Amino acid sequence: VRASLRSFTPLILFLGLVVLLAFGLKTDPRKVPSPLVGKPAPEFSLPALQDPGRTVSDADLAGKLSLVNVWASWCVSCRAEHAELMRLSREEEDLQILGLNWKDDLVSATRMLRTYGDPYLVSAFDPDNRVGIHWGVYGAPETFVVDFEGTIRYKHIGPIDRTVWEQDLRPLIQTIRTQATRAEP
Amino acid sequence: LIPIKLLKAILVAGLLAMSTASAYTLEAFAFEDPAQATAFRELIEKLRCLVCQNESLSGSQAELAQDLREEVYQRFRAGEDRDEIVDFLVARYGDFVLYDPPLKPSTYLLWFGPFLLVAVGAFFLIRTLLRKRQDPEEGLSESEQERLQALFVPSGSGRDGRNGQGGRNRPDRDGSDRPPPQ
Repeated sequence: VRASLRSFTPLILFLGLVVLLAFGLKTDPRKVPSPLVGKPAPEFSLPALQDPGRTVSDADLAGKLSLVNVWASWCVSCRAEHAELMRLSREEEDLQILGLNWKDDLVSATRMLRTYGDPYLVSAFDPDNRVGIHWGVYGAPETFVVDFEGTIRYKHIGPIDRTVWEQDLRPLIQTIRTQATRAEP
Repeated sequence: LIPIKLLKAILVAGLLAMSTASAYTLEAFAFEDPAQATAFRELIEKLRCLVCQNESLSGSQAELAQDLREEVYQRFRAGEDRDEIVDFLVARYGDFVLYDPPLKPSTYLLWFGPFLLVAVGAFFLIRTLLRKRQDPEEGLSESEQERLQALFVPSGSGRDGRNGQGGRNRPDRDGSDRPPPQ
């Protein structure tokens, strides 16, 4: 029995290596985990994209369940996820979508929302990446889930589609909802 | 019709203009204190650009790298020291921005993994070598000797009916490719 076990050792080692390499191949090195998850959303204050008189700040997150979506008109993947954001803004009533318009220019950003619709309650205008750095943004689109207490619960890197919503975001948002209703009475 | 040469010249001029437009120089970041300028240059060498992950903030032309360089510069100017700036960036982008990851439980595997692999390899190597020394190869057993002899017996007198060439079908010396004599 020992001898036959020994003859299997190379195979076992090989399989171990395969698992390790498969893990390395499946993990996308471009997706850098955010250290902000579990921490309060960073303070910020920016003018609103379509109304420079209005200020968008972390106060807009207080007591609300929010998606903070980093987007730009030059960003192709943002166009790809736009329809899904529109659907969410229609169907998920207690979920507010705040936009962080990132490294964009006013004219094209406004034009994009006018042409394809505006899923955002309001978009903060950050052409110089002043606030983006504080949120650890390194590309668009990125989406943060912020709970009722203003804590960042999740960061999704890349576009949101139906699959991402159903598999990653919706379960988490349901959890946050039940936690909130349990805490209320 | 525009001559080809002129087209070429325009193309080259255009490419040159584009390349100078996107390049940056360290001179753009002016410091009164030369020590601070050195500290700034050293720090942006040690920070990683998150977009093009094999480039430092110093070497990268990505827009994010430009923004982060500017942020680091402004913080130096505001009097923050190196550690404060590193803490600021790590709190937002994670250890990933550092080319030199800190030693902590989540990076133990990264730091000690290679040594562990070498140790495991050395263990097996030494064990095998020691075992070989302890019991050197035994000679062939009697029955094995007999089989060996049978294989080497000259052609024609093979006891097992083969041709004395280890049972292989080699062509005979005259070059014909006959099957071996049975």
